[in-house]
Amino acid sequence: MAAKSQICSVWLGSETGILKGVSLTKKQAFNFCEMSCMSRDQEVCVMAWGDPHESEVLVGSVNGTVKTFSTDKGIFTATRECGDPSQGRFTGLAVTDSSMITCVESGLLKVWKEGSTETAEVNVGNGVCRMQQNQSQRHRVATGGKENPLKVWDLERPDKPIFTAKNVAHDWLEMRVPVWVRDIGFIPDSDKIVTCTGHHQVCVYDPSTPQRRPVLEAQFGEYPLTALSLPASQGTVVVGNSHGELAILDLRKGLVCGCLKGLAGAVRGLQCHPSLPLVASCGLDRFLRVHSLEDRSLQHKVYLKSRLNCVLLSSRELESSNADVSGDVEEVKAEEEEDEVWDTMETVTEKSKKRAAQKDEATVTGLDGEKKRKLIKKK
Amino acid sequence: MDSNEATTSESVSKKKGKTKKVKRKVKHDEAPVQEMEQAEGEETEKKSESGPCFPPTFSVSEIKNKQRRHSMFLKLKEEKRKAPPKEVPKTIENQRIYDETTVNPEDEEVAFDEGTDEFSAYFNRLTNPKVLITTSDRPRGRTVRFCEQLATVIPHAHVYYRRGLALKRVIPQCVSRGFTYLMVINEDRKVPNGLVLCHLPDGPTAHFKVSNVRLRKEMKRRGKDPTEHVPEVILNNFTTRLGHSIGRMFAALFPHDPQFVGRQVATFHNQRDFIFFRFHRYIFKNEKKVGIQELGPRFTLKLRSLQKGTFDSKFGEYEWVHKRHEMDSSRRKFHL
Repeated sequence: MAAKSQICSVWLGSETGILKGVSLTKKQAFNFCEMSCMSRDQEVCVMAWGDPHESEVLVGSVNGTVKTFSTDKGIFTATRECGDPSQGRFTGLAVTDSSMITCVESGLLKVWKEGSTETAEVNVGNGVCRMQQNQSQRHRVATGGKENPLKVWDLERPDKPIFTAKNVAHDWLEMRVPVWVRDIGFIPDSDKIVTCTGHHQVCVYDPSTPQRRPVLEAQFGEYPLTALSLPASQGTVVVGNSHGELAILDLRKGLVCGCLKGLAGAVRGLQCHPSLPLVASCGLDRFLRVHSLEDRSLQHKVYLKSRLNCVLLSSRELESSNADVSGDVEEVKAEEEEDEVWDTMETVTEKSKKRAAQKDEATVTGLDGEKKRKLIKKK
Repeated sequence: MDSNEATTSESVSKKKGKTKKVKRKVKHDEAPVQEMEQAEGEETEKKSESGPCFPPTFSVSEIKNKQRRHSMFLKLKEEKRKAPPKEVPKTIENQRIYDETTVNPEDEEVAFDEGTDEFSAYFNRLTNPKVLITTSDRPRGRTVRFCEQLATVIPHAHVYYRRGLALKRVIPQCVSRGFTYLMVINEDRKVPNGLVLCHLPDGPTAHFKVSNVRLRKEMKRRGKDPTEHVPEVILNNFTTRLGHSIGRMFAALFPHDPQFVGRQVATFHNQRDFIFFRFHRYIFKNEKKVGIQELGPRFTLKLRSLQKGTFDSKFGEYEWVHKRHEMDSSRRKFHL
């Protein structure tokens, strides 16, 4: 069990309550289940890393329990009752130093301290769909939901939100645009927050500016956007909707860069790798798919027999793909040497250099082509 | 040189299937005659190139010894007279790309998933099916007759006129009146072309494309109208996980215990992602012979989408959506 969990690089929570670990290098999937009797109220709603070293996975279920799974030992080490099903499902789970933050659909955000049963409670409004933690400032969380605008809370001063978003101006029919925040992402190295809505909008908010309305609003598709993730490279965001369409949007202009194909069902969980250009998606069609963000191709596809709710990518992917990266590095070096040869051909200005380089390459290929044709004719 | 090559190629083309046997016979020829019997026994074994290598383009005419050549020729003729093994033709179903979601009957996780899904209430015999059949607004004659005939085929089915009502408002009313299924037949240009099948308490909604509808009047050599007996249900070829879900949807339309007295059977046959519905009456003439009469309407369905939850095409989450350009790129890949 421990060996199996140590090699897993992707963790998924399913509707049947089973925590699944997938090793993409060995192409194997493992089920980690606490007891032989599974039940539907153990359905996994949220998952989060328990610690920065990614050795513990916190799994929140529908019946209100949060279980801790140790990836080194391969077993569930602790269970904690964090609320009851009457308040709704978990919509967010986060960990700050020595305390755990949970948020449920009814709007009750609780901070559970290790060891003590005291909790600090904040009411964030009804109908919450998502609660997300700022990875750089761990005491800040953002919440949003259906008719519940984006609010950023500082847990040290939990009485009032630091930032409440204002709704967009009335549309062209002078009607109020409905609010339905489905997923939230904090853009690293800045104060900005990206949200995706159930009305197929992607909004970027900047709390550092006095403008409470979105700084950027983009539309994608005709179906509710259900999941969002920010890749390691800045300036883009990956969103998924309930029809299984995954798209990469550019955050500077708000345009669609490209779509990732393959999904047949609604996207429930989406996560980008912290350093590599990879994105893992899981959904109702019972597949885990890993796409590459550079060429938008499908890298891995794994069939896991239950509908999947959440996905967590570990940075351990780096070890597996090191071998591939070294091969790529050699090729890149060879190409760079060739480029240097062409770059040294003419030294006038940068633009003409490129044009000259291109021309030279073109002429060379032309010559080669002609030579080949001559040889063929001789034969 | 060239002429020689031409002849050998011709001989090879004539004896395409015989090159194997020709090779072996060549080996036997080279070996002493006493080993012929052993060698014949070895013919059934797999090829093992232990003898001297002969070019594959060997023909009987190259053996110089007349008697040996004659015996070889007679042997070849006898081989030809024996019927060649019948080749299995390649069909699209044979060449189907293996679907990794094919359900293994012993799989515990899938069994648990199916045992606790939205149909578990029906399969645990806690509810009895009750179907509401309606159409899109203002249906024309063919669709109306189709709905009436469907209502005779499916027990406990009630046909209601749509009156332009919104489905999202119809569904809570159906739930309160104890219906388990809502069936909406969509009509286009006086012909039914779509079917929305919604399992009621909170169950999945399947959207099908309907084609090739044949009403009772148009069926040749049909039997008398179906009786009120509960029919048996046959579900053929639903192998993948998606196929299982759809198969269970169809199974849950009919009450549990079929009345074998009625000798009626409803068949949902899945082939190449098309589901063929037929309704027959059967009679056993003796233990081995059955006579069947087709009654009832006949139609073909093709799944367009399966949505989790009751009908909500705008905000619902889809479990499977048919995407033509991604899924129909291969002729041998099927999803049900």
